[in-house]
Amino acid sequence: MSREQVLVNAAWVEAHSNDPRVVLVEVDEDVSAYDRGHIPGAVRLDWKSELQDPVIRDFVDKGQFEQLLSTKGIANDDTVVLYGGNNNWFAAYAYWYFSLYGHGDVRLLDGGRKKWELDSRELTSEVTPRPATTYTAGEPRTDIRAFREEVIAAIGEKVLIDVRSPGEFSGLLLAPAHLPQEQSQRAGHIPTAKNIPWARTANEDGTFRSDEQLTALYTEAGVDLSAEIIAYCRIGERSAHTWFALHELLGLAGVKNYDGSWTEYGSLVGVPIEKGA
Amino acid sequence: MARETVIQGVVVREGEPVSTGYARLLDEGGDFTAEVPLSATGQFRFFARPGQWTVRALVPGASGERRVVARQGEPVDAQVEVTA
Repeated sequence: MSREQVLVNAAWVEAHSNDPRVVLVEVDEDVSAYDRGHIPGAVRLDWKSELQDPVIRDFVDKGQFEQLLSTKGIANDDTVVLYGGNNNWFAAYAYWYFSLYGHGDVRLLDGGRKKWELDSRELTSEVTPRPATTYTAGEPRTDIRAFREEVIAAIGEKVLIDVRSPGEFSGLLLAPAHLPQEQSQRAGHIPTAKNIPWARTANEDGTFRSDEQLTALYTEAGVDLSAEIIAYCRIGERSAHTWFALHELLGLAGVKNYDGSWTEYGSLVGVPIEKGA
Repeated sequence: MARETVIQGVVVREGEPVSTGYARLLDEGGDFTAEVPLSATGQFRFFARPGQWTVRALVPGASGERRVVARQGEPVDAQVEVTA
């Protein structure tokens, strides 16, 4: 996997604006952003109501994912280009999700919605309909998703990267500073985890740092990039962004995203927690 | 758990609110902490622990920043001027 195969820029998107095999998909935390304006031709994915099971805390299953993509007009052989707000957090989460269900060609728009807006590129409120497809998903991959038992067993054994802000890592906050403080029962971090905030992988405009800068970031923080790595955050979306940097951009096979993240771990009974920097 | 306080304000360019852009909250060490899109009237709002912060604004073709001190129970109102 190379950077060119997983990350596209605005010029690439504009050059493929009339390509019926390229589907732009906007994924936001603020789902009203799409209505106010989106890249022409883009379809919307709601990370919460469409990608999460409505009852239990988990993904939609294979059948639900197939139905969702079929309804959205996304075919198995389409090139899916994901983008969104929050520096592509939720787009990266959806990327990981598409990877988990085995989509062939999925990419991120570098810089996401922010860079597109800051460059004053075209946005439209017009919705372009796409005819329904019959999408077939693969069995969910287990090599890129970590569950709680594996995370507890990884303490002191594998590399744990906590990508939240220093305030969340140290236990001063439970959520990012622009969101209400809610969710887990306890604050702090998983013992032995290194705090390497997701933001250090990105430039101010939301684009990813270069491979050389990313490698330097992790190695200088003491991460053995040949080891097995598990990334986590609060709900799994910022850690999907770091998973993308490590697994897709740097091509490290042994990297998993723990999507249960702190909202699960910080509510488990009896597990060890560390506080402080 | 530190109780959060509020840092809010408006981003202006040549005295007028900017409706497209982003406000970033950076901690004392300059590390990114949060980011929000500006409202249609150029406003932003963060929940943050008391302390020294920098609000950095990015808008098409311009940017700017302002240092603020947030104290418990005293919401901060800040105007951030952006220039090309």
